[in-house]
Amino acid sequence: MSYITKSPWIIHYDGSSCNGCDIEVLACLTPMYDVERFGIINTGNPKHADIFLITGSINEQNVSVVKQIYEQMPEPKAVAAIGICATSGGVFKDCYNIMGGVDTVIPVDVYVPGCAARPEAIIDGVVRALGALDEKKKAMEKRPHETTTAAEAVANLDRMGLPDGAPPEPLEELVLPGDDIEVKYFGTQPDDESADDSKNSGSGKEEA
Amino acid sequence: MAKRTIIPFGPQHPVLPEPIHLDLVLEDETVVEAIPSIGFIHRGLEKLVEKNEWPEMVYVIERICGICSFGHGWGYCKSVEGNLGITVPPRAEYLRTIWHELGRMHSHLLWLGLLADSFGFESLFMHSWRLRETVLDIFEETTGGRVIFSVCKVGGVRKDVPDEKLAEIAGTLRGMIPELKELTDVFLEDLSVKNRLEGVGVLSTEDAKELCAVGPVARGSGVRMDVRLDGHGAYADLGFEPCVEEGGDSMARCKVRVRELFQSIDLIAEAAGHMPGGDIEVKVKGNPSGEFVGRMEQPRGEAYYYSKGNGSKFLERIRVRTPTNANIPALVRMLQGCDLADVPVLVLTIDPCISCTER
Repeated sequence: MSYITKSPWIIHYDGSSCNGCDIEVLACLTPMYDVERFGIINTGNPKHADIFLITGSINEQNVSVVKQIYEQMPEPKAVAAIGICATSGGVFKDCYNIMGGVDTVIPVDVYVPGCAARPEAIIDGVVRALGALDEKKKAMEKRPHETTTAAEAVANLDRMGLPDGAPPEPLEELVLPGDDIEVKYFGTQPDDESADDSKNSGSGKEEA
Repeated sequence: MAKRTIIPFGPQHPVLPEPIHLDLVLEDETVVEAIPSIGFIHRGLEKLVEKNEWPEMVYVIERICGICSFGHGWGYCKSVEGNLGITVPPRAEYLRTIWHELGRMHSHLLWLGLLADSFGFESLFMHSWRLRETVLDIFEETTGGRVIFSVCKVGGVRKDVPDEKLAEIAGTLRGMIPELKELTDVFLEDLSVKNRLEGVGVLSTEDAKELCAVGPVARGSGVRMDVRLDGHGAYADLGFEPCVEEGGDSMARCKVRVRELFQSIDLIAEAAGHMPGGDIEVKVKGNPSGEFVGRMEQPRGEAYYYSKGNGSKFLERIRVRTPTNANIPALVRMLQGCDLADVPVLVLTIDPCISCTER
């Protein structure tokens, strides 16, 4: 544990788990296992979190929620799939509403199998996720703005996340908007009278 | 009329261990309407009955919920046993009762912790979960698992527990009583807890009956209903009487669960003291071909297990109705007129188990 120099905060989301792994994740935080003594805190806010613990597999309903939480987390971030359902689908693999493990939607760094995953295994998974977090941090350390020339900056930008010596991926060709792209205006247009109706409905969901 | 605002609550919310979404329609700070939407953890496991043979299906049914997993396994077994016309040996029924009551203890302790967390009493949450670990240790010693046990099977149970071990378990649980009392007294007598629970989210007896509330929610509103009264398992021999509280507020629901916690210790100790000898399982022959509904009193309330067989190794249909499903209408009624700040507490007082509800 000597390499724990920072206290990672975790965020936990229940994909479609049976609760078994969820309550074991919570059990890790409570006095018997007590990871809070290392400063590991379960936060509810994705923007505060370093490690994303997901229990349960991905289904049609929660795929957007999982993606959203992952995207809101700041870099560097690590994802741990807790339990066999999050790893591959487990006993629910054949269910019609199950798309598979968490790695079908977002990249996963650590897999913790088990049904339900034991708290000891979950803690081990978090420690391994710390290792992954450390590597990602190192990869981020040489940032583009710390380099000297513009060409070097672009080269580094391509190499982010790649192992040393690996060739950078080619840049995608930039596509500029042409005449065939329809431009949509948001908000009230001066000569559009129907826009006044949508102003008063108040639900905030309607598209302009 | 004041201006109405809609506040989304969930699916990912700090107070919720599981995803449920509520659209709260507010007038100033008061909730006038709550619109629940569920389905975030729907798996469709009832359909798996077509792919798993009925003796194996019990392990899938157990995974409906990791908190009341033993009760789900038992309910399914009861339904299939009724279908096959099997009588389970008394020792197996007693062991099932003991495990089910242990499950109720761990579920209620978990709930007390989450409730404390919902009104921001962190140390109380920690203490509840610390005591819960003792119950989980007993589970681990007797079944091998902490939350998923796979110990119940059609025709009996898979593991026996020696009588000396049962006496030891009863002793351990009795030894927990002083600590439990210390913990629950905080819930029932502490002023700051009282301020958050008393008079909040009142569900009248008429409303509870009309909305078909079940379990501690119904009992907290003065409705004397409990499936254990029908005397399945060992309950007929144990002289069971449900815990009913008047008032219908959050405090009454809390009191019901606190009393049930101590009642479970008594039931386990009594069952362990009068353990019948003999086999723990009967041999099962043939395949189910009829229909049967088994009922169980889960920690959260009454659950139904319907099974329909067609004489083959695969059941034609199973259907589970779980207590949270029945309690959501009651929750919506409680939320009407409450303050926005009380919403997390009220959602917690029905002890929502979303993975049960959506399966």
